[in-house]
Amino acid sequence: MSDHKTMTLTLIVWRQKNANDPGKFETYTAKGITEHHSFLEMLDCVNEDLIHSGKDPIVFDHDCREGICGMCSQVINGAPHGGQDRTTVCQLHMRKFKDGDTIYIEPWRARAFPIIKDLIVDRSALDKIVQAGGYTSCHTGGVADGNAILIPKPVADEAMDAAECVGCGACVAGCPNGAAMLFTGAKVSQLALLPQGRAEAAARVKNMSNAMTECGFGNCTNHYECQAACPKGINVKFIARMNREFIKAQF
Amino acid sequence: MQLFTSSIGRKILMAITGLGMVMFVIVHLLGNSSIFAGPGGLNTYAEHLHSMPLPIIAGFRIAMLVFICVHIWFGIQLTIENRGGRPQQYAVKACQKASFASENMIWTGALLLLFIVYHLLQFTFRVTPEVAGFAGQMPGNVFGMVVTSFKNFFITFIYAGAMVTLFLHLTHGIQSFFQTMGWSNDCVQPGITKTGTLVALILFLGYVAIPLTIFAGILKG
Repeated sequence: MSDHKTMTLTLIVWRQKNANDPGKFETYTAKGITEHHSFLEMLDCVNEDLIHSGKDPIVFDHDCREGICGMCSQVINGAPHGGQDRTTVCQLHMRKFKDGDTIYIEPWRARAFPIIKDLIVDRSALDKIVQAGGYTSCHTGGVADGNAILIPKPVADEAMDAAECVGCGACVAGCPNGAAMLFTGAKVSQLALLPQGRAEAAARVKNMSNAMTECGFGNCTNHYECQAACPKGINVKFIARMNREFIKAQF
Repeated sequence: MQLFTSSIGRKILMAITGLGMVMFVIVHLLGNSSIFAGPGGLNTYAEHLHSMPLPIIAGFRIAMLVFICVHIWFGIQLTIENRGGRPQQYAVKACQKASFASENMIWTGALLLLFIVYHLLQFTFRVTPEVAGFAGQMPGNVFGMVVTSFKNFFITFIYAGAMVTLFLHLTHGIQSFFQTMGWSNDCVQPGITKTGTLVALILFLGYVAIPLTIFAGILKG
């Protein structure tokens, strides 16, 4: 690493012991960071220093570290996942920052996402929305023939675009209302677009939107911050589709 | 019925009542533009409106009142709920898509409500001082009443300010209508947003032209 210039950064990180703790910002210095470090690796370095000096490390969510699992969840300088287009925190690299930068790191903030510790929030509210209707009911038995139900390519592609959602919750974190409309819209759309999902489409959209409210998410006011925050580029057209499905479900 | 209780249902009510009011605002401007034809234009238009059968006039006024009440009621309700959706704000605010207009719909809406009340007191009920002379006759010399009022700087200023507020409210409101009704996708959404802003701009320019031309002395009594 000696051939690389290293950066020294000031981190202002949200520390909170548990859901009941009021929490506060702590300032840390990240030393010896190269442009090749991912944001999470940078935090690993800071945590090593903290552990060596006998302090509590910064607790954050992470899993695959290759941008597909949706576990990492940090609001960096006010932007979920750091604000780089279609990027999760693990794929955000330190080359996007300059030596001497001050970086604010906060957890997802939404009523429906209580903080577990530091930067980890409880996102099980999203699971509750899926449990309310994000499935298709079918008889078990032999595997159905792949081409038994023909689906036009554009429709399959559209459903796949919606299915790209990894459920990270950045849409909720980015929404000023803490709404889960992009998440729910994507789940409703991916199933409503396909013949297998059409059968339960009406009940699904009603149940999932009710679950959304029951979990404490806000309402959509069409700011479209969710789309900007989404690391998978889910388009707000799926919110429009969900609204359309909702209206259809009333008749 | 989920329309009055659910998250999406109440937004649909906001959208439909909002559309009704946008339609009114368009028709109102078309009618008001008869002022540019001189006293004969606006006064004839006013007499035509007043000569309509009472059920039509009363029905229209009741419908507008219902629309505005539903829009205000659910607007306030949804805003309060939404403020609770993120109880603790971020230390750094970095909105990427939200605009001044989209974030302040409740306040531009509140200002518009104040304006509507003032506007009705002035030109419908005619209780403000500058139109006292026109209070007796209905519709009477509407042209004279409007021209007298807009010679006052403060009245012109209030109207111009209200129209800026209307412009802001509609730039977010019109495109929001299509999104909420589900009549939008990624192909048409940029076009809808631009058209909505254009409609809001045309309405702003059309409305603001009336007080400004009168105040500037271009349109004379």
